[in-house]
Amino acid sequence: MYGNAYIENDGKQTNSMFADEDPIKLAEFEARIAAGEKIEPQDWMPKEYRKQLIRMIEQHAHSEIIGALPEGTWITRAPGFRRKLALMAKVQDEVGHAQLLYSACETLGKSREQMVNDLIDGKSKYSNVFNYPAVTWADSAVIAWLIDAGAIVNQIANSKGSYGPYCRALERICAEESFHLKYGHDNVVFLATGTPIQRQMVQEALTRWWPPIMHFFGPSDKISVHTETLMKWKVKMASNDDMRQQFLNMYVPKIWDLGLVIPDPNLKKNEATGKWDYTEPDWEVFKQVINGNGPCNAERLAVRRMAEEKGRWVRRAILSKEKKYVAPLA
Amino acid sequence: MTIHSLDPRVNRAEIDGEAKIGHLDEFDYWQTYEVFVQIKRGTHHSHVGSVHAPDPEMAILFAKEQYTRRGVCVNLWVVKTSDIFTTEYNDSDIFETTPEKYHRDPESYKVMDRIKAYKEKHNSQS
Repeated sequence: MYGNAYIENDGKQTNSMFADEDPIKLAEFEARIAAGEKIEPQDWMPKEYRKQLIRMIEQHAHSEIIGALPEGTWITRAPGFRRKLALMAKVQDEVGHAQLLYSACETLGKSREQMVNDLIDGKSKYSNVFNYPAVTWADSAVIAWLIDAGAIVNQIANSKGSYGPYCRALERICAEESFHLKYGHDNVVFLATGTPIQRQMVQEALTRWWPPIMHFFGPSDKISVHTETLMKWKVKMASNDDMRQQFLNMYVPKIWDLGLVIPDPNLKKNEATGKWDYTEPDWEVFKQVINGNGPCNAERLAVRRMAEEKGRWVRRAILSKEKKYVAPLA
Repeated sequence: MTIHSLDPRVNRAEIDGEAKIGHLDEFDYWQTYEVFVQIKRGTHHSHVGSVHAPDPEMAILFAKEQYTRRGVCVNLWVVKTSDIFTTEYNDSDIFETTPEKYHRDPESYKVMDRIKAYKEKHNSQS
């Protein structure tokens, strides 16, 4: 549910991204994508296509694993047995989604061991929102509703992309996630229509989570790198701002329906353009957090490292003698 | 520096924030198995994805967790990825054949006209 990998192209100009590629193969590749066909692992693909997909799918996989941590925190203290069961099921789904995504990424030639190493070393990124804490039960409700909602907007777009294994993984993920969103909404509605203390709790959680939610889709199109080629190759399916608009359009009315206050006095639908006006999110804060200085970066990686270390003996104990790794087929 | 968290479980674990651990070696996550699910008796098994496992029994266990959490499955197959032999997309011309396949089409066998003509001829003779 957590897919919102950011595209980075190392500041390269668009036309240098495939300067050294075979022009005939490149033309065939682009024609296949333009015709709406999927690219499969055994197909020829430009180096930059492979590189960006590895980065994007790997980030998405790590986000599922790390994203399970702030929510998992609340399993032991979930109010009531039904919510505890639902939250356990949701967290299990997220970890399962990471497995699907790691496999999709492996088909591009990066092994699972390398990906885990890069996460633990802090070399690979994951979604910025998980560097914030889930302070109360209401935070876990807001995450399950609105962060999942944002991720679904992103994932539905990406499931129409060009790389077969990623699309297939995303279709399965989106199908499983429909319950996450409903479960999150149910929790938020329960609190928002409850006692004054419950209402206050959910309002405070929304206030805390609004800036990370606005950051979720990545930097504004005005300042983000050039992605024309990646859009032509159907690696990136919609611009950051377009996805943010789609999310606001779908969820701001639902939030206002509950009489909750979104902490942005400038947020309103512009009748002339049909788009939402809002205060520009602070992209300096976003950069700081993504580069390791958020409230929970150190904790998230430390917990993941501990889990990896403590589980190691189990994996070693059942290590197979056969050393013949082959990347998954599809 | 010990990690301080809002999560009491993390605090109880007393995790050193600066601790380093060794890298995973290749093959620490074993090999991959391709997974095939049959959703109903009488239907074909379909490929749904892969799992990492040290042996077929563990592969079945992981596949069950991963691919049958929702809804129905009556039977699972796992096959070591390295044991699967495939065609190449590059060689897809091996599937090309003559586009004219009327001989495979039941509609292309029309006998009624001949039967009718035969009957008419014989009836007129009798």
